[in-house]
Amino acid sequence: MKKITAPLTDKDMQGLHAGDQIVISGILYTARDAAHKKMAELIKGKKPLPFNAKGSIIFYAGPTPARPGKPIGAIGPTTAKRMDSFAPQLYAKGVKATLGKGARSKEVKAAIKKYRAAYFVATGGAAALLAKKVKTAKVIAYPELGTEAIYQIEVKDFPAIVAIDSKGGDIFNEKL
Amino acid sequence: MRKISAEKIKETIESIILEVAFNLPEDVCAALESAHKKEASKLGKSILKDLVDNIKVAKDEKLPLCQDTGFVVIFMEIGQEVQIEGDLHKAINEAVAKAYQEGYLRKSIVSDPIQRKNSGDNTPAIVYTEIVPGDKIKIKLLTKGGGAENCSAIRMFNPTVGAEEIEKFVIETVKNAGPNACPPIIVGIGIGGTFDKAAQIAKKSLFRKIGTHNSKPHIAKMEESLLGKINKTGIGPGGLGGKITALAVNTETFPCHIASLPVAVNIECHSHRHKEVTI
Repeated sequence: MKKITAPLTDKDMQGLHAGDQIVISGILYTARDAAHKKMAELIKGKKPLPFNAKGSIIFYAGPTPARPGKPIGAIGPTTAKRMDSFAPQLYAKGVKATLGKGARSKEVKAAIKKYRAAYFVATGGAAALLAKKVKTAKVIAYPELGTEAIYQIEVKDFPAIVAIDSKGGDIFNEKL
Repeated sequence: MRKISAEKIKETIESIILEVAFNLPEDVCAALESAHKKEASKLGKSILKDLVDNIKVAKDEKLPLCQDTGFVVIFMEIGQEVQIEGDLHKAINEAVAKAYQEGYLRKSIVSDPIQRKNSGDNTPAIVYTEIVPGDKIKIKLLTKGGGAENCSAIRMFNPTVGAEEIEKFVIETVKNAGPNACPPIIVGIGIGGTFDKAAQIAKKSLFRKIGTHNSKPHIAKMEESLLGKINKTGIGPGGLGGKITALAVNTETFPCHIASLPVAVNIECHSHRHKEVTI
């Protein structure tokens, strides 16, 4: 089990290969469909993103509300392919990895290779289990979107699998 | 006439939602445990272990099984000797709003499909009502996640095609869903009726207990054949490879027009949260 800590560096990426089981610690930024649409508008308008993209990990997720005294409710990956049309421009801005479920388009895979980045998958539908790995959470952008807001979450030993690595190795292509 | 208050229906629906968000039905738990024992692929087995562990954490800590706490879909069979006192649909939507608020469940419904503003309380529910003999109300409730629902498909076949063509379409739909639908999946199939009826019975078939089959022998045979073929695709748990791609294939049929043969495939994820209550 490889351990990585976000923000990620080029050196971190070299050691990751499609199929590796990893644990992630550090900061993740959640964003799903509606937040991606808004970030694409920011990029188009040459405005800064709501977080520092360099080395960052975007987690395709929309959590359930936190019960009192808990950092977050249930949280797990949503289908990544819905964000395929947005992902290349975010990798271009310095995002080092995205975290979701399911396969990606060839355009996303090309961007991952070009920017020496990665795509990770986590277990879909295991959101109670994954929530235990979240230590803190706060909304940093688009609170009006509710669950689709961008949350900055701090995780410890969050389990994932490398699905596409920086050389373009793709676990789904190999399996299917 | 037996009188049943809308308030009673409201309380029942609220309690079903608050149960299914944190507790999977026993047959689904058993199917996942058995899949975990049977799966040979390393990553597939590790996904299934997460799913089995997730069941316990969700139950013990009252954390939703999945962050997508779904669209509430209700099939209600209302006995014709029942008189409902109060506004049925208002009661149902009040139950949904209250349960999603009190259970700290995610509000995943937008009020308009184009403008896409969140309704804020997970309403409205999708409700199918059917008038049946008797003096009871049967409520079948499913909280349907978006990811798997998106992988569903419908096709209007020529009536001259055989079972083989239908099976091909189902397999193609499962392959297109691939890792996106959170396998191991449950496949609901509706054959016959009209465009809308096929989709409706496909969804209704999802309520059937895992391991049981359609009462018509030729349909039961098709279900078994499909489950075997789906589990040979190699998609596996989480789409990461393996032999457990589906836990069940459930099919319902309805008579159809001489010109028609509609087939709907409704894909359901492993987080198959549903319950049936009779009042």
